[in-house]
Amino acid sequence: MVNNSDLKPVSEFITEDKPERYIHDMSTDKHEIAISTKDLQVYYGDNLALSEGDLAFERYKITSLIGASGSGKSTFLRSLNRMNDSVATVKGNIMYRGLDINKKAIDVYEMRRHIGMVFQRPNPFAKSIYNNITFALTQRGHYTKQELDEIVETSLKQAALWDQVKDELNKSALSLSGGQAQRLVIARALALKPDILLLDEPSSALDPISSAQVEDTLLELKNQYTIIIVTHNMQQAARISDYTAFFHMGKVIEYDLTRKIFTRPKVALTNDYISGNFG
Amino acid sequence: MNAKTADKIATGVIYAISGIVALILISMLAFILIRGVPHLSWHFLTSPARAFEAGGGIGIQLFNSFYLLILAMLISFPIALGAAIYLNEYAKKGRFTSIVRTAIEILSSLPSVVVGLFGFLIFVVQFGFGFSILSGAIALTIFNLPLLTRSIETSLAQIPNLQREAGSALGLSRWETVIHVILPAAVPSIVTGVVLSAGRVFGEAAALIYTAGQSAPALNFADWNPFNISSPLNPMRPAETLAVHIWKINSEGIMPDLNAVSAGASAVLIIVVLLFNFSARKIGAKLYKKLTSA
Repeated sequence: MVNNSDLKPVSEFITEDKPERYIHDMSTDKHEIAISTKDLQVYYGDNLALSEGDLAFERYKITSLIGASGSGKSTFLRSLNRMNDSVATVKGNIMYRGLDINKKAIDVYEMRRHIGMVFQRPNPFAKSIYNNITFALTQRGHYTKQELDEIVETSLKQAALWDQVKDELNKSALSLSGGQAQRLVIARALALKPDILLLDEPSSALDPISSAQVEDTLLELKNQYTIIIVTHNMQQAARISDYTAFFHMGKVIEYDLTRKIFTRPKVALTNDYISGNFG
Repeated sequence: MNAKTADKIATGVIYAISGIVALILISMLAFILIRGVPHLSWHFLTSPARAFEAGGGIGIQLFNSFYLLILAMLISFPIALGAAIYLNEYAKKGRFTSIVRTAIEILSSLPSVVVGLFGFLIFVVQFGFGFSILSGAIALTIFNLPLLTRSIETSLAQIPNLQREAGSALGLSRWETVIHVILPAAVPSIVTGVVLSAGRVFGEAAALIYTAGQSAPALNFADWNPFNISSPLNPMRPAETLAVHIWKINSEGIMPDLNAVSAGASAVLIIVVLLFNFSARKIGAKLYKKLTSA
């Protein structure tokens, strides 16, 4: 790839025949949609951080959200399970199982058990590995010791951490390495058996090996979960996701199959971004 | 003068100033300990004070100090914890919050003798509690509350926001997150703060002179029924504490060995306060280690 600053960005000489935006129409392909947004707008105070975020996410697929810092991709992701409620005003509809979960009447605590989230920096609780996983479960339901044991084992296996920690489940989770802690946090989210898993740059604070392990974990999980992931790492988006949405200045510019976005983007701006001309 | 020389001089001056601070503390401690420790004995620590003859001890005052401390902590800790949780976890910027914060700041700058006189007028006289452990414990609570609240609030604020996000992302309510995630993680630092404030409360005299009283009636340490007047646990009896005792014998003591009693009592007071200070960090560090390894 040529990356010479003397060259003009590609967008400057291809303008006429390229669209300004392209959103893949998910309704025609008879996809099963896990969650979708309509007219989503997010304000921080009076500041419009995200507008025109209309996307539909297919079930049991990995969708990457890419874009430069401040493009609105994290804002969008955090709005999906209403983690932005306390800091921002979110307008528009978020449709999940035929229900607009952006309504006031929605029990957000219950909703977040269906739509889990993993953050950029691993944030295990100051509890044992075992209790990290069971804690949110036992707060709401009644489980026998045996059921809990099974859930701990299954979710740790799903997160590819079981073999490393199975003999020290009572150890404090704060003693784990960054990569292990991040996989524990994924296991903790999985223990609630969510439908959808939202990940906000889950491997950007990790070393390359841990990062690769997290990616492998996500690919494994795709069979049972709908995964939406914000990433700064375009190779990562290209490697693991089925769909990619490109965000720019608070708007979704292009949303398509990942292979199309990375080989032949329809919008010039997308091409500029993925070829490293800005961002 | 070149930069290097200036830096050397500045470093020297700063070292000297820090040294002076340490020296003041060390010489003060040494003075009190050297004067007082020779008078310490098991008899001195356990027997009651004598008003007119030599050979009295500080047993009752010592017990009173600890009992008052425990009661004051039992009252002030839950209030301080609640206020700190509100301020750090729930409070939004607004009128009410700023009123609460201002109130805490003013409360913490009230001279303790003023707190004592207020306690005298309200609890001792108005409420009819008399000179009693209860009046003293409430006065100590007023004295202790702002500092303890701020210390717990700081402990909570040190817990990264990531923990709160983790809680809400798992569908836990804010209350569940605070109680089961934030508080346990903050326990080591909260305990340190509580023990440090205990040391401060233990040495307090001015707030107690007019509330817990200046007399230490004889106690029957075989009687643990809190309703009997001679029971050590009775919260309605007058209870001169160690710090008040030191103040009292120095201002109006007439026993022949008053210098020895005063020196010994001061040494005990200092030693206990130092123990609180050292153990505070030790306990906190130990709890943190337990939390992070195991």
